[in-house]
Amino acid sequence: MARAAIRGRLTWQVAEVVDRIDETPRVRSLVLECPAWIGHLPGQHVDVRLTAEDGYQTERSYSIGTPADGRRVTISVERIDDGEVSPYLVDELRVGDRLELRGPIGGYFVWSPGDGGPLLLAGGGSGIVPLMAMLRARVTAGSEVAVRLLMSARSIDEVIYRDELAAISHDQPGVAIVQTLTRAQPAGWTGYGRRVDREMLADVAWPASEEPRCYACGPTGFVEAVASALVDLGHQPQKIRTERFGPTGG
Amino acid sequence: MTSDTHVDGNALGGLLMEVFGREMTDALGCCVSCGAVNEVGALFVYRSGPGDVVRCPGCTSVLLVATPGPDRPRVYFSSLRWLQPSS
Repeated sequence: MARAAIRGRLTWQVAEVVDRIDETPRVRSLVLECPAWIGHLPGQHVDVRLTAEDGYQTERSYSIGTPADGRRVTISVERIDDGEVSPYLVDELRVGDRLELRGPIGGYFVWSPGDGGPLLLAGGGSGIVPLMAMLRARVTAGSEVAVRLLMSARSIDEVIYRDELAAISHDQPGVAIVQTLTRAQPAGWTGYGRRVDREMLADVAWPASEEPRCYACGPTGFVEAVASALVDLGHQPQKIRTERFGPTGG
Repeated sequence: MTSDTHVDGNALGGLLMEVFGREMTDALGCCVSCGAVNEVGALFVYRSGPGDVVRCPGCTSVLLVATPGPDRPRVYFSSLRWLQPSS
């Protein structure tokens, strides 16, 4: 007998792609309409399952980039060229196609405006995605929580949500966005030009005495660098929440 | 940069929800070996083998191993003294 969906129980559902947004040459956002969505918290993710014609199945997790919006969920997927799943999601899926997913998942790497701040968000590459859900939730809620966002990308073309971040930085008092470009910097670049390190976090992060809530997401090396620098600067490990992608994602 | 390839307990959120029937990444777990108490989301997860090996971030003891199984997942308990869901 079919049972009603219980909050906390996970079932696979078939979502429909209703829009695609090109974010960078390698990252595309997919706006998904999920028939049985129960809402979600900023920072949560979905599991996506693909099934081949021969029945072979594989799953990947993708962070949700948007705050709760009815039955709509937006994920931003980076194409890993030798990946098993991401080239299909980025290059092949079209509006109207269907995709199997389950969620929302996650109770650790989450933040809502009511949780307060100040907030330090550190994102490496597509690690910006769940942090963007937090930042967008702050904007949507009209929250005044003070936020500092440090984002690292290889080059300016690879900065996901670039225009929206510039607009938020301009329009939202209390939000400071700092970028570092690790491989190539455009002429006149005034941000950082190296991988994150202790000195950069000492400049950008709140002093430990302010007891900020810290969220770091990205490739494992990036997250390790941020977390160890923050601990070194006196931040309490319990205040530092991390989400590591591993070397690449997939 | 380290050469380490681990991810976090966050990555097992879906599998653990299947096993325990509720969100578990904000549950607390205690390591038998060193006594450290951490949220499941903060545990280190190594995914290179057939199962996901969950280690204590403090002393690297193996706390759990999770396998997807042919139809349903299974969690093997190792050095996990206790596990307590959040309120």
